[in-house]
Amino acid sequence: MVPLSAYVAVSAVLFITGLLGVMIRRNFIIVLMAVEIMLNAANINLVAFSYYLESMAGQLVALFVIAIAAGEAAVGLAIIIVVFRGKISTNVDEMNLLKW
Amino acid sequence: MMVAFFAYFALMSMAAAVLTVALRNPVHCGLALLALLLHVSGLFVLLNAEFLWAVQVVVYAGAILVLYLFVLMLLNLKTEERYFHSTALYFVVPTVLGSLYVLALLFKSPYGGAKGDAPTSAVLKEGDTYAIGMKMFSDYLLQFEIVGIFLLGAIIGAIVLAKTPKPLGNDVNR
Repeated sequence: MVPLSAYVAVSAVLFITGLLGVMIRRNFIIVLMAVEIMLNAANINLVAFSYYLESMAGQLVALFVIAIAAGEAAVGLAIIIVVFRGKISTNVDEMNLLKW
Repeated sequence: MMVAFFAYFALMSMAAAVLTVALRNPVHCGLALLALLLHVSGLFVLLNAEFLWAVQVVVYAGAILVLYLFVLMLLNLKTEERYFHSTALYFVVPTVLGSLYVLALLFKSPYGGAKGDAPTSAVLKEGDTYAIGMKMFSDYLLQFEIVGIFLLGAIIGAIVLAKTPKPLGNDVNR
């Protein structure tokens, strides 16, 4: 029997990896992929607690998280296309139009 | 047996996550993300969440990832020489040290809590999809509708953002 802490540890490692990816990568699309990694880590946590604490609520919230991730991917990629059309770059360091 | 499957899915998903963040070519990163999503869906099966497994494969691996790869190939990105931030080392070392500390704390925690009303035997009797459906369309109906509205807004927003702006007659300032 796999203990709950093992699932939480996997989730934590995935979340840290995604957070690191958001901080160190310069390509906007890879940054969005790292956000997807973090959302998946949260989903593992929710489903694992749902199984071990015998409640259905965790799986439902994980389902909603997947729906939110789909919306986030669609809008984020649309923003990337708009930015790429204007500046021919997906480097996050060069997107400073809104910077004061 | 469960432990062997869990070890495989956990190790592979962690390795795929590291590859997603570390690989140079964006398309390779997307394929590593695909491996990550499929192995995470395997973890869902181990946790008796077959419906989420199906949703993960269909929505994540089928729709979201294809959207990413589509945009990657549409944009025809060139691989950059420096693909990490120049300050990457200042992030990596403290993050690794801090996460090791957090992992040590996680393994020591007891994780007690009040049990809910869906034990494994009750879920397995009718199936996971039935249990999720009953719960979603009774207790979580409002959230379900909110997610529907949200997705509608996301669709409209994506279309409005990605549409080619129409030239407006003589208005040269646009």
